[in-house]
Amino acid sequence: MNVTVNGEPRELGAGATVASVVQMLDVTPGARGVAVALDGEVVSRGRWGDTRLSDGSVVEVVAAIGGG
Amino acid sequence: MSDDPLRIADRTLSSRLILGTGGFANHELLAQACRAAEAELCTVALRRLDPAARGSILDVLDEAGVAVLPNTAGCYTARDAVTTAQLAREAFGTDWIKLEVIGDDRTLLPDAVELVGAAEELVDDGFTVLPYTTDDPVLARRLEDVGCAAVMPLGSPIGSGMGICNPYNLSIIIERAGVPVILDAGVGTASDGALAMELGCDAVLCASAISRAHDPVAMARAVALGVQAGRMARGAGRIPRRRYAQASTPEEGMPAFDVPGVSQ
Repeated sequence: MNVTVNGEPRELGAGATVASVVQMLDVTPGARGVAVALDGEVVSRGRWGDTRLSDGSVVEVVAAIGGG
Repeated sequence: MSDDPLRIADRTLSSRLILGTGGFANHELLAQACRAAEAELCTVALRRLDPAARGSILDVLDEAGVAVLPNTAGCYTARDAVTTAQLAREAFGTDWIKLEVIGDDRTLLPDAVELVGAAEELVDDGFTVLPYTTDDPVLARRLEDVGCAAVMPLGSPIGSGMGICNPYNLSIIIERAGVPVILDAGVGTASDGALAMELGCDAVLCASAISRAHDPVAMARAVALGVQAGRMARGAGRIPRRRYAQASTPEEGMPAFDVPGVSQ
């Protein structure tokens, strides 16, 4: 299926979850200051593993940076 | 803990300078500035994860012993700001949010309508909301009315270094606010921080003036001292302004040098 991750088109296998995307971005499990939105809704860390993506899903994976 | 703590919602802070972490050349400089500013609270932002990024800013702030105040910088709609705040709560494990909803990309001034809407929604969702606002006393009141824990009026536009352009409006906000008033945006140097506190602000948030200074660590210390000096001066009570002089030396007992019958 085709999804969008942080603005980039990606092709993922069937059954891909939010956890698959996070892993694909080399985020280590337990990494701090990381959060995910799927189609504009926040997915809490505890639900990354069982939240499945679907064709056309838009995923935003964000992390802490310096900012005023 | 100092004997003059700042209380915002359920938190008590000794330091009245909140440090913005944007614009530092590297994490080491940020860590040094945190220490020089004696900051206890630092803002952080969220952006798309960069897999190439090395080291988390959170580790730096932990090491410096400061708590994080996430912001919604860069959001132009209430909807984006609310989602960003929810992401921040998830990412940082805090329900405190410095709410920014910008209305224009050149002035970076807040969008009043979106701001109040977002504040109300976030308060209802259990957030402790600290909104970046203009120096409009009516808007500050509206933000307090919807349940914000503090108001953060600007002195002048973000990053402008123009100081406090309208001290009269800021004073009205301070006089009428029932929540802490934190000057946000516009500080250019230490004296701006001092003036904010002399006017009666409860705290100052400073980012660019420190991070973009020639020597950020020295400026962090200078602004912190300015804020402390201003707070002390506010408590000490300044003299009223007057248009004519008032001698500080008494006139009584002044000797006379005229000798009778002798013209000078």
